[in-house]
Amino acid sequence: MRKHDVVIVGGGLAGLRAAIETSREVDTAIISKIHPLRSHTGAAQGGIAAALGNETPDSMEEHAFDTVKGADYLCDQDAMEILINEAPKNIYELEHMGVAFSRTPEGKIAQRAFGGHSKPRACYAADWTGHTLLHTLYEQSLRQKMTFYDEWFALSVALVNGTCAGVTALDMKTGRIEAFSAKSVIFTTGGYGRAFKITSNAAANTGDGLGMFLHAGLPLEDMEFVQFHPTGLYQHGILVTEGARGEGGYLLNDKGERFMENYAPEKMELAPRDVISRAMQTEVNEGRGIGGSDFLHIDLRHLGKEKILEKLPQIHTLALDFVGVDAITDPVPIQPTAHYSMGGLPTTIDGNVISDAKNTPVDGLFAAGECACVSVHGANRLGTNSLLDAVVYGKQAGIAARDHAKGTQFVNFPDEHLREVESDVASLLAADGKESAPKLLTNLQNAMTQLCGIYRVKEDLELCIERVKDLLERFQNIGAADKGRIFNTELIDTIQTRNILEFSEVMAVGALAREESRGAHYRTDFPKRDDKDWLKHTMAWMEDGKIRLDYKPVTITKWEPQERKY
Amino acid sequence: MVTFRVFRFSPEKDKKPRYVDYNIEDTCGLTVLDALKLIKTDMDPSLSFRHSCRSAICGSCAVSVNGKNMLACNTQVDALGKSRIVIEPLPGYPVINDLVVDFAPFFGQYRSIRPYLVSESQPPEKERIQSVEARKRYDAPAQCIMCAACTTSCPIVWTDDKYLGPAALTKVWRFVADSRDEITDERLAMVNNEYGVWRCHTMFRCAEACPKEIDTTEAIENLRREVLKRAFSRRR
Repeated sequence: MRKHDVVIVGGGLAGLRAAIETSREVDTAIISKIHPLRSHTGAAQGGIAAALGNETPDSMEEHAFDTVKGADYLCDQDAMEILINEAPKNIYELEHMGVAFSRTPEGKIAQRAFGGHSKPRACYAADWTGHTLLHTLYEQSLRQKMTFYDEWFALSVALVNGTCAGVTALDMKTGRIEAFSAKSVIFTTGGYGRAFKITSNAAANTGDGLGMFLHAGLPLEDMEFVQFHPTGLYQHGILVTEGARGEGGYLLNDKGERFMENYAPEKMELAPRDVISRAMQTEVNEGRGIGGSDFLHIDLRHLGKEKILEKLPQIHTLALDFVGVDAITDPVPIQPTAHYSMGGLPTTIDGNVISDAKNTPVDGLFAAGECACVSVHGANRLGTNSLLDAVVYGKQAGIAARDHAKGTQFVNFPDEHLREVESDVASLLAADGKESAPKLLTNLQNAMTQLCGIYRVKEDLELCIERVKDLLERFQNIGAADKGRIFNTELIDTIQTRNILEFSEVMAVGALAREESRGAHYRTDFPKRDDKDWLKHTMAWMEDGKIRLDYKPVTITKWEPQERKY
Repeated sequence: MVTFRVFRFSPEKDKKPRYVDYNIEDTCGLTVLDALKLIKTDMDPSLSFRHSCRSAICGSCAVSVNGKNMLACNTQVDALGKSRIVIEPLPGYPVINDLVVDFAPFFGQYRSIRPYLVSESQPPEKERIQSVEARKRYDAPAQCIMCAACTTSCPIVWTDDKYLGPAALTKVWRFVADSRDEITDERLAMVNNEYGVWRCHTMFRCAEACPKEIDTTEAIENLRREVLKRAFSRRR
């Protein structure tokens, strides 16, 4: 049994930011299934939002309104206001820590335009902003005393009478499972894009925290809201930053038209992501994909070689390496790619996890970053607000978890919980059924993409739920070819696949129930937003293998819902 | 058809390493990582390797391909132009399982060089001002993804575990070159010895291996220049 005042599950931006806060005062450990520097934060490209006004005058009010409108009014405005108001201070803090921000001619932090933002407020480091944030935060975490459990795979969260007692995790190097007793646990396990076939997400983004919560009887919030980023490299889904359009890139169809003119005449290529992804899908559906195919073009040629190499060097290399296209001389083939999870583990504005629609907090359990749903992004996140969310709410959750740990005692970790987890893993290792996790996952990803993607409709969603249930059934017949304990990646894949299957059902069930179109959730059979019946958050539990839904009101402080036009 | 000859070693069942051949008929558009994933899914689920982002930014998947270190994810199989491709773990570190090596020595060197910006002076209320030129100075080394392809390409690292190696030294340069860092003297003293910049034989193998095209050898050269500059200015 390991014991730490605070245990953080996940070593990306939110986890590291939380750890920097907690480790100043209490004994802190980070459990991460991959080395923290491998976290998917590093793949964020375009920037991190804050109304610094370094390029043009800007204000927090404008940033807040853009965010609420982008969210299609589903975000909780009290939480969102904290995000926006804390942004400048947090960015300056990051700069002081050593983040390699690009600079304006006066030497200030450079800012660029981004989709849905009315001002250039994306603070950036060329097109590797996430990389410098991740590395800088990890570097700074090394200055403080904390314990890293790198390549430990968290398996469960243990609750005792509704209070968090800790977690269990598997040491991938030895195969040993251990209990971690903690006064506070913070989940920062990242997003769930791997439920889809074409995704910008890393192999590690399997939403493990969501699976652990479902098994602990805790709810998930707004899982039906999945953002499709308009510009994923064709057939790979690898991200081409929105900054490419922020720098002036065009989206073109087969006729060479800037088709966004017909969908968002004012904002054009800088409309929010949900709007553009739908426009692209419509272009493809109506036969205007390139050569009649299912992709479109992003054209950067007019930006010129110098600007492309200075501002978008990574994009230039990625296009060369993965689709064999030189963005300086040719347009780049792109298609929408599953990118960001608006839904997740429901929390209060302090990052404290809640157990019901009445906001009842779970003692000692916290969450932040993409795995959490505070909710600051509502039905559709604006680009560059996610890194901000990870930093601001990573810190909030860190402070709350630290204060909680200082004022409480350890809860005895239940032995039977550890034994249950051990026997579960042992049975997966011993399993000799015919099914394999990668095949089930491929089936799931195809079903989710075809039936629960950019455009959704009742019949598809019902079929989707049926397919997911069928796959869950087939999982019972899983087999393990690798019986070893040491760095058994097949075992990890199997557990991850089970997590994905379970929360995917929640996504589809939530999407079927929500009979309206809002932000990233679009129902062709209910194409209008319905504030009367659906201005509310979905809460979902897994009970006896079935999904139960409930709803939670949206917090509105200043901004009453209006029509959303770009 | 391409034959992938893959290094296998599971300490639980193998006494010594072995090589297993896997054939893939059509490799058009496949990266080395795609090939490894295909082998794992369709031929042998027990094959172990690290990977995550598949877009050359997380640094997980560096392996040795036909004797050269590179990222599996951004290497097109057909571009290698070979019908037999040997995939091995990065050389020089203990093997945990198959292509998975123990990076403890690598991150140990990294942690020893104080790999973080140190600035004890009171920062301004807003950002520190840094000119575009000053920012450019550490642009390249700041893009290091810590994949270890460089350090495990260095023959000196293979034979001398005290040598800091190119990745750690490039990280030192990243901070020395940053106008915001305030412990340049300490950093230069740290590398001005036989385990630091003077141990490099300028073989360029590290720079050749870097998947981010960072000139790690130049970073070491830059550090040497700074060390000498300080030494001479003190003498005067």
